[in-house]
Amino acid sequence: MSWFSNFLTSSIGRKVIMSLTGLFLITFLVIHLIGNLQLLNPDDGMSFNIYAYFMTHNPLIKTVSYLLYASILIHAVQGWMLWSKNRKARGGQRYAVKNTRAVGTNSFAASNMGWLGTIIFIFLVIHMYQFWLQMKLGNTPMVTYDGNEVKDLYTIVADAYSNIGYVIFYVVSMVVVAYHLLHGFQSAFQTLGLNHRKYTPFIKGVGLVYSILIPLGFAIIPLYMYFMMQ
Amino acid sequence: MKLTLKIWRQKSPKDKGRFETYQVEANPHMSFLEMLDVLNEELISKKEEPVAFEHDCREGICGTCGLVIDGQPHGPSQGTTTCQLHMRHYKDGDTIVIEPYRGSAFPVFKDLAVDRSAFDRIIQAGGYISVNTGQAQDGNAIPIEKEQSARAFDAAACIGCGACVAACPNASAMLFVSAKASHLALLPQGEVESKRRAQAMVKQMDLEGFGMCSNVTACEAECPKEISVENIARLNREFLSSTLGTEVKVG
Repeated sequence: MSWFSNFLTSSIGRKVIMSLTGLFLITFLVIHLIGNLQLLNPDDGMSFNIYAYFMTHNPLIKTVSYLLYASILIHAVQGWMLWSKNRKARGGQRYAVKNTRAVGTNSFAASNMGWLGTIIFIFLVIHMYQFWLQMKLGNTPMVTYDGNEVKDLYTIVADAYSNIGYVIFYVVSMVVVAYHLLHGFQSAFQTLGLNHRKYTPFIKGVGLVYSILIPLGFAIIPLYMYFMMQ
Repeated sequence: MKLTLKIWRQKSPKDKGRFETYQVEANPHMSFLEMLDVLNEELISKKEEPVAFEHDCREGICGTCGLVIDGQPHGPSQGTTTCQLHMRHYKDGDTIVIEPYRGSAFPVFKDLAVDRSAFDRIIQAGGYISVNTGQAQDGNAIPIEKEQSARAFDAAACIGCGACVAACPNASAMLFVSAKASHLALLPQGEVESKRRAQAMVKQMDLEGFGMCSNVTACEAECPKEISVENIARLNREFLSSTLGTEVKVG
């Protein structure tokens, strides 16, 4: 299996790991957003709570969720390793004059993926502590629908989103996610070698739309709940 | 035209280095290197150490001259080497900052000259085709589609100057390596060894301490031969398929 470890530690292998875990997380964001949109149902959280119960009790989804936790950690740790290796490769001496030639439309995101990713990781730690861990530890109020008792995650979420500080933090984090995706989406395809004169403009277009719409969708939820549902 | 030059001076690889300011009288017809020649003439006549910079063909095809001019490898003109940059692009009274390439794999020898032998070792690792000795084959015996040969030629335009590394925030050599691997892999003579070549060149590139490509594409913007990052995707593909697809050891 030495070929496999050689591959994983090669420069391209490391980038492929970033690409594959990144694409998996990109897919997950869509599912997560569709689920979250149920928070906007005006039914005092019933559809959201039933959905949360389903997500935590379906064996297939539970298995996929472990893959998801692993992907987040691998993507973050590998990202930090790449960041530090690339800084070492660049060396201590920087250019006295900064290059002002515009590089693509997403050069800000492309050159700051490490910082953007770190902010997202901090957001995720707080996010997981606030919702996921509370649910796992059982510090959740219970609610009964048609005789079935389920955890009332909706109340925890609604409580968090009634805090303007948290709403701002959430929305700013989504802007960071948008920038991270703006580079990450199309970059993931390039790393896998999927560059084609016919399809690359399409991939870049889809990436642009995705990077704006998905974070926007997430950001609308706390804003709507704070301003419209109280 | 009177110009103020801020030039990086560094006596040896171990010296810390610093910027020194010079005044030079140039004319718009000079190339950038000729302007530096004028400065060096003056320095020599004043018994001062001339500025070390690399140059050879001065026709834009050898890849020896590479300076970072006002933050841009090979200066402000698109698709132009330093030697083909002319002083008519500057105005009287301009200040120009001239630095060497920066990157751990490209240590400074002296002043503006850097050690680019890492590129030579990458080529030695796999940037060639094996040809049996004997009479040359008839050129027309191997049909090659026009589009394919054009793509190969675009990649072969790489002069190995290292501007891609200098421009990259990660000091990655992927544009250089992928151009060299591509121009051989795209043609039937080079295609037979393409899998082994991709493995060997990437391995050597990693050993030399170049950074990893994060698809910033600054290399493509600064390349004097305008090599496309499509080549990087091709190398990624070659590397992946040679890792996963070959049964024999290719590394």
